[in-house]
Amino acid sequence: MDPEILLDVHDVRRAFAKQGGGELLVLDDVQLKLRDDEIVGLLGRSGSGKSTLLRIISGLSRPSAGTVTYLGHPVDGPARGIAMVFQSFALFPWLTVLENVQLGLEALGLPAKQIRERALSAIDLIGLDGYESAYPRELSGGMRQRVGFARALVVHPNILLMDEPFSALDVLTAENLRTDFLDLWQEGQLPIKGVILVTHNIEEAVLMCDRVLLFSTNPGRVVTEIKIDLPHPRDRQDPAFVSIVDRIYTEMTARHTEQIMQRRERFQGMGISTALPRVSANLIAGLVEAVAAQPYDGKADLPDLTADLQLEIDELFPVAETLQMLRLAELEGGDIKLTHMGKRFAEEDINVRKEIFSRALMSYVPLAAHIRRVLDERANHTAPKSRFLDELEDHMSPEAAEETLRAVIGWGRYGELFSYDDDTAMFSLENPQ
Amino acid sequence: MQFLPTISVKAGRYLPSRWDVLAALIVLGFLILFTSTSDLLVQPFSTLAAKPISLDPSHLPEYAARTALRMLIALGFSLVFTFTYATLAAKSARAGALLIPLLDILQSVPILGFISVTVVFFLSLAPGRILGAELAAVFAIFTSQAWNMAFSFYQSLRTVPAELTEAGQLFGLNAWARFWRIEAPFAMPQLIWNMMMSMSGGWFFVVAAEAVTVGHTTFALPGVGSYIAAAIAERNLSAIYWAIGAMLVVILIYDQLLFRPLVAWADRFRFDQQQSEDPPQSWVLTVVRRSQLLTALVTPFAALMQKTYRLAPPRAPGRLKAVQVISPRAADFLWNGLLVVVTVAALWRIGVFAEKNLSLGEIAQAGALGFITALRVLILIALASVIWVPIGIYVGLRPGLAQIVQPIAQFLAAFPANLLFPLAVSLIVTFELNPDIWLSPLMVLGTQWYILFNVIAGASTLPLELRDVSTNLGIAGWLWWKKVALPGVFPFYVTGAITASGGSWNAAIVAEVASWGSRTLHAHGLGAYIADATVSGNFHRIVLGIAVMSVYVTLINRLFWRRLYWYAERRFRLA
Repeated sequence: MDPEILLDVHDVRRAFAKQGGGELLVLDDVQLKLRDDEIVGLLGRSGSGKSTLLRIISGLSRPSAGTVTYLGHPVDGPARGIAMVFQSFALFPWLTVLENVQLGLEALGLPAKQIRERALSAIDLIGLDGYESAYPRELSGGMRQRVGFARALVVHPNILLMDEPFSALDVLTAENLRTDFLDLWQEGQLPIKGVILVTHNIEEAVLMCDRVLLFSTNPGRVVTEIKIDLPHPRDRQDPAFVSIVDRIYTEMTARHTEQIMQRRERFQGMGISTALPRVSANLIAGLVEAVAAQPYDGKADLPDLTADLQLEIDELFPVAETLQMLRLAELEGGDIKLTHMGKRFAEEDINVRKEIFSRALMSYVPLAAHIRRVLDERANHTAPKSRFLDELEDHMSPEAAEETLRAVIGWGRYGELFSYDDDTAMFSLENPQ
Repeated sequence: MQFLPTISVKAGRYLPSRWDVLAALIVLGFLILFTSTSDLLVQPFSTLAAKPISLDPSHLPEYAARTALRMLIALGFSLVFTFTYATLAAKSARAGALLIPLLDILQSVPILGFISVTVVFFLSLAPGRILGAELAAVFAIFTSQAWNMAFSFYQSLRTVPAELTEAGQLFGLNAWARFWRIEAPFAMPQLIWNMMMSMSGGWFFVVAAEAVTVGHTTFALPGVGSYIAAAIAERNLSAIYWAIGAMLVVILIYDQLLFRPLVAWADRFRFDQQQSEDPPQSWVLTVVRRSQLLTALVTPFAALMQKTYRLAPPRAPGRLKAVQVISPRAADFLWNGLLVVVTVAALWRIGVFAEKNLSLGEIAQAGALGFITALRVLILIALASVIWVPIGIYVGLRPGLAQIVQPIAQFLAAFPANLLFPLAVSLIVTFELNPDIWLSPLMVLGTQWYILFNVIAGASTLPLELRDVSTNLGIAGWLWWKKVALPGVFPFYVTGAITASGGSWNAAIVAEVASWGSRTLHAHGLGAYIADATVSGNFHRIVLGIAVMSVYVTLINRLFWRRLYWYAERRFRLA
């Protein structure tokens, strides 16, 4: 075996049992190697199983199939030498900073004097001097995450796993913490050999990683790997940096669009079985307006748009794809472009918008058209939610069915295609009394 | 494609649906139950003696129905009390300063104390009729239900988000409308939870409330409580089992017909606007919502209620507040003066009473007995904690198990101590055990479950990340208990222990004296003191016992539990 390989994830697959039989595949056929001195980024949207993979690597969860090998030994339980930093910091609120940091060392059963010395030096390294006796609630978010880092580093792990460590912080604090971490890493001051970073922030991945693995959704698979050879410290304005960011955006939208198109073709004729993202009509209208407005004038570069609207890709992509599904916009090569209908939608007042929207629903969202048709056909123009839920559950998990139906209810209400009473769980064509 | 027609107006539906049929059945059933049980109220008192409680199980359905109805009525009174008392306390700073400590004291007064002091008064309200006895019983159940409901409502009213109140003012809602549209809905989920706890409390004291002996006044109202009392007096073990079964059925029916629909209904009032992952369901609520008949019945009342919102014009927004920065001195002066007069009068009455009836020795005796009971409560709560905290943590970390354990514990919390008398007395007599020690477990019989409930709730809210961190860092064994699990549930544990401790004092009255047939066992303690004084009708001892118990409970709450609670909130609460 290659001596410099710290971690080898081979053919990992993870499925969860679904209610009422069947299984939900979250990760499929995942390969990943982490070498000495390397930061590897896992980039994908929510639902791509990145965090599940991280839990499998750390031994908190077991794969359904495949192996994880750490320094030549299989991981089959919480592994020593693999430490983790959490998005929500996960500090114990009843322990002081020092006690939080010492906890991992106490678990190792080290002598008290050594525990104290190592904890203090970790606190020192990560810039928490003076805060030893503070409780987490007294600290700002950035300081809390520093405690999270100190607690992970103090046990001198070989591998550091980071699960979106900066995404709960405000922009400035996140940047500050990222830079500090990279400086320590570059100077070789950290007692770690390799890092795996889970993120859905493309710029963050390009800023920090030596390699980035792109994940697809449902199930999560590694679709492509992008090497980033830029020297540190990296500059966001650097054309090489920008071009890598652009490339990742293109990859991510292209892959997803492809996936959706395939799925649609596969179910041609049945139509209602496509799971729909729960995107509010307001967001849809908002994005159309944003793209129609200056400086984009109907066509926008997705990275620019994400930065401009201060959205994560996780938030932007589902909306953009809904626009594409409704034929209000097209996605191509990392760009979003309004269609003729989309432009009209942007210009008109609320009533015409609703009309356009309801037509689009009838034409391009088979489930919405299906519900409307059923209500039209029934004598009393009502139908229980369970009727459609059962139908959907033939094709998808109960959770996805619920989400899909909720999405359609929201859109149907906006387009005044039908109404829905949550108390009685009934669809109808009536206005509420 | 042609543009779709806009949404049509309501199409008429005249035929009753199957929901209507079901709804009508439920309503009709309640009406019949109500009339058939209430006709007894006006009958003369002597019929009670003429028709003693029968241990034949065929009477149990009737008894169970009567007990259930009594509890429902008491619950209704508790709600009225809650809505008025707690609202007054929350709205008026002057009233609140008196009412909240008063509620604290009322909570510490044992339920038997209320019965023995008030039963003569209630009987005199409807001389010679059963109504008086029924009123006394309902009042007794009321006293085991009302206080915590009022406390919860008061807390909720104090924490209504300012933006909701302000929105109400901007829309020009008057105080009456604000109460029903904003404050009561906001408090509803918490209140319903407390109603369920109150119901358990009512069951625990059901024997004491229905089979009353105060001095020469003795009556046993037809009901499950009297049935249990009679079964104990006659040493009829199979009747005890029947009573347990009947209780279980009534509790289940209450759960299905009342509490589950309420919980499902109140889910809409939760203030975090997230849709809950798994919203509570209830078939009764579905029936009620889908039935056109009930909807038609309710609509006029809703409309009437709407009208009342407009009866009193709201204050014009311009006139709000500005003048109220300085509180009117004259009113303050009057109020304080009134308080001083009432206090002096009360002191004088107490002084006269004590001077006439009590000796210093007697007070010292009651105090010493109170100390014994205090010791007993302390030890038992400690014991219950040692047992239930680890179990609660274990269960709480396993959601599947928690779902099974919760309802069982809920039933056990309602289990009256009297039902275990046969077992306790037989064991103590057979093995010649010391009743001072071995009767004590009965005190925590119903209350220990509050520790379990709360610890389960605490453990199940321990964030997954914290559990992941501990696993990742390899924290196990004692270190895990010490640094992770115990601190994590501590605030929840304290809440449960406070409830358990208060309840155990109250339970001392039914737990320190146990009888099975002719065999009666006494433990030394304040509970037995009050129970004995009640049976012998010794009023100055009853009053002294209640007073001493109130002092103990209030002092222990103030000096120990409240401090512990704030410490736990500050140090251990997950933000």
